[in-house]
Amino acid sequence: MEKFSSHTGVAAPLKRSAVDTDQIIPAVYLKRVTKTGFEDALFANWRQDPQFVLNQPAYSGASILVAGPDFGTGSSREHAVWALRDYGFKVVLSPKFADIFRGNAGKQGLVTGVVAESEIETIWAALEAQPGIEMTVDLGARTARVGDVQVTFDIDDYTRWRLLEGLDDIGLTLRNEDKIAQFEARREAWRPRTLPVR
Amino acid sequence: MSMQIPDRPRTLAEKVWEDHLVVKGEDGQPDLIYIDLHLVHEVTSPQAFDGLRAEGRPVRRLDLTIATEDHNTPTIDIDKPIADLTSRTQIETLRRNAEEFGVRLHSLGDKEQGIVHVVGPQLGLTMPGITVVCGDSHTSTHGAFGAMAFGIGTSEVEHVLATQTLPLKPFKTMAITVEGELKPGVSAKDIILAVIAKIGANGGQGYVLEFRGSAIRSLSMEGRMTICNMSIEAGARAGMVAPDETTFEYVKGRPHAPTGQDWEDAVAYWRTLPSDEGAVYDAEVFLDANELEPFVTWGTNPGQGVSLNDVVPDPASYDDPNERAAAERALEYMALQPGTPMKDVAVDAVFMGSCTNSRIEDLRQFASIVRGRKKADGVRVMVVPGSARVRLEAEAEGLDRIFTEFGAEWRFAGCSMCLGMNPDQLAPGERCASTSNRNFEGRQGKGGRTHLVSPLVAAATAVLGRLASPSDLPAFEKVEAL
Repeated sequence: MEKFSSHTGVAAPLKRSAVDTDQIIPAVYLKRVTKTGFEDALFANWRQDPQFVLNQPAYSGASILVAGPDFGTGSSREHAVWALRDYGFKVVLSPKFADIFRGNAGKQGLVTGVVAESEIETIWAALEAQPGIEMTVDLGARTARVGDVQVTFDIDDYTRWRLLEGLDDIGLTLRNEDKIAQFEARREAWRPRTLPVR
Repeated sequence: MSMQIPDRPRTLAEKVWEDHLVVKGEDGQPDLIYIDLHLVHEVTSPQAFDGLRAEGRPVRRLDLTIATEDHNTPTIDIDKPIADLTSRTQIETLRRNAEEFGVRLHSLGDKEQGIVHVVGPQLGLTMPGITVVCGDSHTSTHGAFGAMAFGIGTSEVEHVLATQTLPLKPFKTMAITVEGELKPGVSAKDIILAVIAKIGANGGQGYVLEFRGSAIRSLSMEGRMTICNMSIEAGARAGMVAPDETTFEYVKGRPHAPTGQDWEDAVAYWRTLPSDEGAVYDAEVFLDANELEPFVTWGTNPGQGVSLNDVVPDPASYDDPNERAAAERALEYMALQPGTPMKDVAVDAVFMGSCTNSRIEDLRQFASIVRGRKKADGVRVMVVPGSARVRLEAEAEGLDRIFTEFGAEWRFAGCSMCLGMNPDQLAPGERCASTSNRNFEGRQGKGGRTHLVSPLVAAATAVLGRLASPSDLPAFEKVEAL
């Protein structure tokens, strides 16, 4: 996972609440065997509507999503995070996230910042006043800035630290590689081995 | 590892956990637990391998990893290409990944291929005191050996492939004590169905269940595996049985079992694993084995079960409004009327198989009832061995002829109609007595209706065409002892 310090990119207003993971990625796309290449599946049903925000030229290449409350509810599918990430999103801001979605996001390097609902509305107004305007998200300072508007967002310390350090769970575990190796050195000989084949 | 033995009495689960601590979590952080055995199959592994590839990471311990094909594999015409494109792609992806990363794989057609939870024990890889994971919830099966075994998600599969560890918070422990002697015709499956009916389909959430008591001690390893397999159906993370002479006898001599001094060391350690006297569990449940009757589910979750001698319950009898609503929905889906004797329920199909009940002893039990008999007219009976080796063993004993003379289909190994990822599915509205583990809506095929039963009940049901126990069968002159 890449280290995340700050990110500047086009922000798209998704003015909907309770965006569930079935909307983020419909079930039909779960049969795939890859962990990448889900960009076409993101909001697949909504994207059939030409008026949908991500279909508007000003927001092409958007990398920050500013959504209404209860983002990511429903099914636990990790594919929802994969689809957002593959499409190019680095940050989602919302007044409230579903727990499982937020946990999955943290594992995949997607920043989920909680911003007060009134401030989300202020941001939406700023984005719609100048469609395609860039926003800067500073994870260290926990701030998001667009034009004259600056807000602070919440993210738990442990996840923030992992994202700043660029540590996915695996990366984090591998920081203890010496301890894993020490443990392996004292494992008993009787424990099972699949190789060589017997 | 036995680094330091704490003074306090400990449970089996605590001992295995503590002996796998790589790093003890502090300040609310998870523990880092070492994984002794990682079982892999085609459905939940593709994205995990893809993740390794993206990060340029190898599989850390190829010698603790083994893969097999089971969920998607056909059980007939296994020498022909798999017709369903999605299934074929998942199988081919596993083969490519196994080759690229060097993972040992038993493919369809190989004599060690089969359901991942049948393959581990039969190879002697599953043994007491180890940690086992797999991207499959029924990994709890391996707890029958006194191992800590649980299912994991795709990100965790990748984590184990890369690090051979998992960050985890300790589970709570629940003792389930089953004392007494089972009546003839009552078996391990009835014990676990009764336990789930008692504590509910979410009653075990957050717990490791430890099954203990005289009824558990007297079970074979196959029976213990059936019980631990379905711990997940009570919502538990894992199920365990303390290892004893039955366990050692089962493991000894298998291809990957320890030998020589390693065997002596292993058994000496394994004898230290049973829960200490005075060990404290977070919860305790008791069940009287003497009173147990063959069990059957009437609804659409494994907790909705009754004795086979009982009737379909009336939803109005439930005080809890959620349970009442669930029962109403279930009866509508199952097309059952309250008050109907379970034994009056006619079936269209009988499925004998799945990681719950597809081992050689399960097949022998089924054969002991159907031997010399003919299946009921119009009932489709499918017998699917858990592994290619079980199939060979059954054929060496002549069980295949007993099944085919009875009128059953004798298939190749795999998960088959337990979840219908391959073509083995129920048609809409079809009713099935199944030795599998989940009676969810549509589990065995869209619109299919599942009654979970033991192999003995499945066999008697196949004879009479309605839910039945062996004692319901008309006596007939015994040909010879099986």
